[in-house]
Amino acid sequence: MRKVSEFLIEHGKPSREVYLDHENSGWVPPEVVNEMLPYFNQKGYGHPSITNRPGWEAYEVLESTLELVGRTLNVSDGELIITHSGTESNNLAIKGAALARTDKERYKIIVSAIEHPSVIFPARTLEEHGFKLVTIPVDNEGFVDPEMLEALIDEKTFMVSIQAVNHEIGTIQNLEELVKIVKERDEKIIFHTDASDAYARIPLDVKKLGIDMMTISSHKIHGPKGVGLLYVDKKIKIKSILDGALSTQRFWPGVENVPALAGFRKAVELAFTDFEKIVERMKVLRDRLIDGIIEKVPDVLLNGPRGEKRAPDNVNVSFLHVEGESITIELSTRGVYVSSGSACTSRVLEPSHVILAIGRRYEEAHGSILFKISRYHTEGDIEYALSQIPPAIQRLRTISPLGREIMEEAVD
Amino acid sequence: MSTRTPLIYSPKVLEIFRNPKNLGAMQDASVVSQAGSPACGDVIRIYLKIEDGKILDASFESYGCAANIAAASILTEMVKGKTLKEAWMISWEEVAEELGGLPAIKYHCSILAVGGLKRAIRKYIDETRRERPDWLPVDLSKEERQALEEEELIEKMYKKHGRAP
Repeated sequence: MRKVSEFLIEHGKPSREVYLDHENSGWVPPEVVNEMLPYFNQKGYGHPSITNRPGWEAYEVLESTLELVGRTLNVSDGELIITHSGTESNNLAIKGAALARTDKERYKIIVSAIEHPSVIFPARTLEEHGFKLVTIPVDNEGFVDPEMLEALIDEKTFMVSIQAVNHEIGTIQNLEELVKIVKERDEKIIFHTDASDAYARIPLDVKKLGIDMMTISSHKIHGPKGVGLLYVDKKIKIKSILDGALSTQRFWPGVENVPALAGFRKAVELAFTDFEKIVERMKVLRDRLIDGIIEKVPDVLLNGPRGEKRAPDNVNVSFLHVEGESITIELSTRGVYVSSGSACTSRVLEPSHVILAIGRRYEEAHGSILFKISRYHTEGDIEYALSQIPPAIQRLRTISPLGREIMEEAVD
Repeated sequence: MSTRTPLIYSPKVLEIFRNPKNLGAMQDASVVSQAGSPACGDVIRIYLKIEDGKILDASFESYGCAANIAAASILTEMVKGKTLKEAWMISWEEVAEELGGLPAIKYHCSILAVGGLKRAIRKYIDETRRERPDWLPVDLSKEERQALEEEELIEKMYKKHGRAP
């Protein structure tokens, strides 16, 4: 069978590399790695719920990480549950709340059309167990219409899940207003938000927002993979969806990934040091990338809003007449690492539901490319990407029969 | 057997993707055909130069993933110098084989390329009002049918999402 190692030899290592795929995962800075290392074999390598010194040292990591994250989110009366990914947190929020439901008359789960699959799919699974999934459409920039949400809520509504920031097109929802609409109508409706792409990019205050549950994820903020959190307000009842030995927490059994938590703690600390300055800088780089692409490449559409309603790290464009998976490969060979919403990259052969939901045509979704800026990028990185994108698109457009008139009449 | 999704590509696909052969429109083509649809994310256009029942030259254009581009490119290599009958007999499995193998989710790229080629051959025989050779079936071949199904599928998808194409 084919080996990835052979493929990588053919690919080669580009002389300059700019990683712009922080949506899907990312690298971990040395300070974060250094924070993790002692916890593999020097301290805290025990089980955090066992009464011995390495166990208590492990517990200290949990405690201090949750304390720090809690401060960044203004948590006082709730719990932060440690999971191993944003996907797990979203599943726990939706399925865990459903399992704990006492009022069987409530069976409607309302989610936006552009939620992450780890919100949509658990909700679909619940449809097999008597729930009904209702999807709210979004406008052409990805915003949920508050009036439409209000019209959809009724006495049957059990839960609403709307993400704080869209993972593909960076739309920042007006969460405060959406929560207010739901809660004013009915206090009992649970409001969950997937904030994986919002945390450390926009200010989040669980009290001010009035949110019941919130998902965050470590590897989206330069932390290691393997840590997710779910904030659960104290008045919300959930049940565990995994069963196992009782550990330090009720809702997610299994030993916590202590070295990864130590790394996440450091990543949080770094992200919130000079938070505003970092975010402002990301916005400058984001806008430079958007403007540069539009200026240098013809036939491009920006997906998602511009300005203050767009996440500071998100750039998403559709290059017309070319297909996204080819673009990611072409750019990869040039050392610019991005992802696409094309069907060919999804493995289910349907293009991004997010790009379709904002009213784009299929071929526009196939040509969509997602870039995510991080605070570690330099102006030079963005300029390098901008030097590679136009020739990459140009080469693929030379191969493509679309967007040109020649020989058109020769084909039926 | 593992259920993990296999790596999409062989080194050969990447090599051809970077340096495709026989790329571009052919000004003096005897026949041009197209298969696939932009909405499906897959379009292959095939140009053939035919003389005395033999393919003297072939070229392609492709809108699609790396497998799509590589399949079209290698197919144009495979048909050069072949008679129309020999070209008709090329199977999508042979194309996939030439590419160093394709995973199941990319088979349709190879099928589409062969579908495009078969369309070109059928169209050439129709347009030049030649008598239908016995190796050319009246009914569409599997690959031509699949190309057609893909083209029709997108209308169904638009319908499903409640939108006009």
